[in-house]
Amino acid sequence: MKLKSTGVLPGFGLTMGFTVTYLCLIVLIPLGALILKATSLSWGQFLDTVTSPRVLASYRLSFGAAFIGALINSIFGFMVAWVLVRYEFPGKRLVDAMVDLPFALPTAVAGIALTALYTTNGWLGRWLEPLGIHVAFTPLGVIVAVTFIGLPFVVRTLQPVLESLDPEMEKAAVSLGANRWYTLSRVVFPSLVPAWITGFSLAFARAVGEYGSVIFISGNMPMKTEIAPLLIITKLEQYDYAGATAIAVVMLVVSFFLLLGVNWLQARTGRHRAT
Amino acid sequence: MSIEVRNLSKRFNGFQAVKDTNLKLESGSLTALLGPSGSGKSTLLRMIAGLEVPDTGAIHLTGREATHVSAKERNVGFVFQHYALFKHMTVFENIAFGLRVRKQKESEILERVYELLSLIQLTGYDKRFPAQLSGGQRQRVAVARALAPRPEVLLLDEPFGALDAKVREELREWILKLHEESHVTTLFVTHDQQEALEVASRILIMNHGAIEQDGTPIEIFDKPASHFIAQFVGETNYIDTEVSEKGLAVWGPFRFPVNPTLPLKQKIRIYFRPNDVYMTAQFETLQVRARIAKARFKGTIIEYKLDIGEDKHISAQIPKGVALASGFKDGQEVYAAITAFHVFPIES
Ligand SMILES: Nc1ncnc2c1ncn2[C@@H]1O[C@H](COP(=O)(O)OP(=O)(O)O)[C@@H](O)[C@H]1O
Repeated sequence: MKLKSTGVLPGFGLTMGFTVTYLCLIVLIPLGALILKATSLSWGQFLDTVTSPRVLASYRLSFGAAFIGALINSIFGFMVAWVLVRYEFPGKRLVDAMVDLPFALPTAVAGIALTALYTTNGWLGRWLEPLGIHVAFTPLGVIVAVTFIGLPFVVRTLQPVLESLDPEMEKAAVSLGANRWYTLSRVVFPSLVPAWITGFSLAFARAVGEYGSVIFISGNMPMKTEIAPLLIITKLEQYDYAGATAIAVVMLVVSFFLLLGVNWLQARTGRHRAT
Repeated sequence: MSIEVRNLSKRFNGFQAVKDTNLKLESGSLTALLGPSGSGKSTLLRMIAGLEVPDTGAIHLTGREATHVSAKERNVGFVFQHYALFKHMTVFENIAFGLRVRKQKESEILERVYELLSLIQLTGYDKRFPAQLSGGQRQRVAVARALAPRPEVLLLDEPFGALDAKVREELREWILKLHEESHVTTLFVTHDQQEALEVASRILIMNHGAIEQDGTPIEIFDKPASHFIAQFVGETNYIDTEVSEKGLAVWGPFRFPVNPTLPLKQKIRIYFRPNDVYMTAQFETLQVRARIAKARFKGTIIEYKLDIGEDKHISAQIPKGVALASGFKDGQEVYAAITAFHVFPIES
């Protein structure tokens, strides 16, 4: 991040001041309060809380499922964006609109719908269970839920970039002798990387914090399918506010560093945009 | 490598972009494909490069049938109007692309890229990204990228179209020099006739998807093959009249000998260039009387709008030195003759 004050565009001081104030009010102060609350625990109590096996298991599940879900979305989200941008087919607008559904749907509804689909008697569960694939009430269910809610992020960040991709660039690659796959992997994909990383991190961040859709399909078995946000709620319900915030602070810190890393990666891959 | 195109046609959803086109380019030639925009020039070029598939017809490269050969095996270099550089790659990687596709050795790639960088006078720019270059520099990188795999044919699609006049001029000179040194068979598309006349040793003029004339710049300029070319290349006057006697047409005070095989009353259009109007202050033989309605300064020449009576006007161009020496001024009586003209019948 660079502090740049010598641009030709006016209003730097004003907008920067506003941005900082706004971020403080909306983001930093609540987060600060969270950390403050956590400090009501002693260091030992804090460590005990956040390293208890049940909490560690929930972190693993939350971050692991979010990571896998974001990865799946990166691949399939790309395909959806590609098809929507590059091809004309009947019902294209419908598909385009459907991509946003996971945004619009109340997450609890999504959770109930997914659970109904994947239980032993559900439309999909009925076929998957005999194959030994259990989705509902397993970590796999968590992955399915966070994949569902994360899809729009990847599609919507890739779509405009794909649309603005100069088709002549691909023609140039072909004229230089590249085949389809070579052109995709050396010309198209690299041009998409910064947007791809953004989409991935948005989907990931959303999945880490996801609550509503996951708690229905996961079954919430401690040590197995209990996600960290649920654990926080549980603690809150037991009036253990300090314990709840301790778990939250760790999630916050981990997420912050992950996003920082993503930002750094993005700056590296977006180098060519510098003028 | 020679290029031969036979009866090539291409349609886009019912629109005939290229129709039944034939052309033949000798190995080592530098040819311009000139025509108004939308005449099918790019489409023809892209078909030769293998970027577009023709509906019918055949393309032969060095006598070999190449109509359905992949772009890679054609060994054709292509330069796009808007550069089409790979934005996420450095200048080095852009130029190296075609070599990497061909899996050349790293040491060979290094050598070839640096050789080309010096050819395009961008040594030291290898680590820059396209966004950090000027338009002219980008286009030179695009040319280097196309030349890297040593193509036998170089196709350029309006290569200077997006650049300003000064840079265009420089790049034109540079392409000429490049061609003299490398002798790669070159075909470039342009809608700028000045560019075509200056650079190419041969010009193909395209209109409505077909090549209307194929000749040297002088032939194109002095012997236009059609109405369209007479109007399109260079500045011209045109007048509509008819054959009034066998082998003669009259327009105002001017009398034009025409082809005696043209029937009487045949409607014709006569084209003549403003610099083929011979204008003097004193009467000389065979001139008609005219009056200077308006003078327009155009740099090295001065253009006069001449009133020849009966509400008829023609324009004449005189080199500035001659015009100043003669002291022509607005409203003055002068004498004019048309020294060269072209007659085309108008189909009714
Ligand atoms: N991919 C395409 N799809 C549909 N129409 C096209 C396509 N490419 C070119 N055309 C049409 O073909 C005609 C000729 O285009 P082009 O070859 O680009 O002409 P020029 O290069 O002479 O300007 C134009 O009218 C253009 O609209």
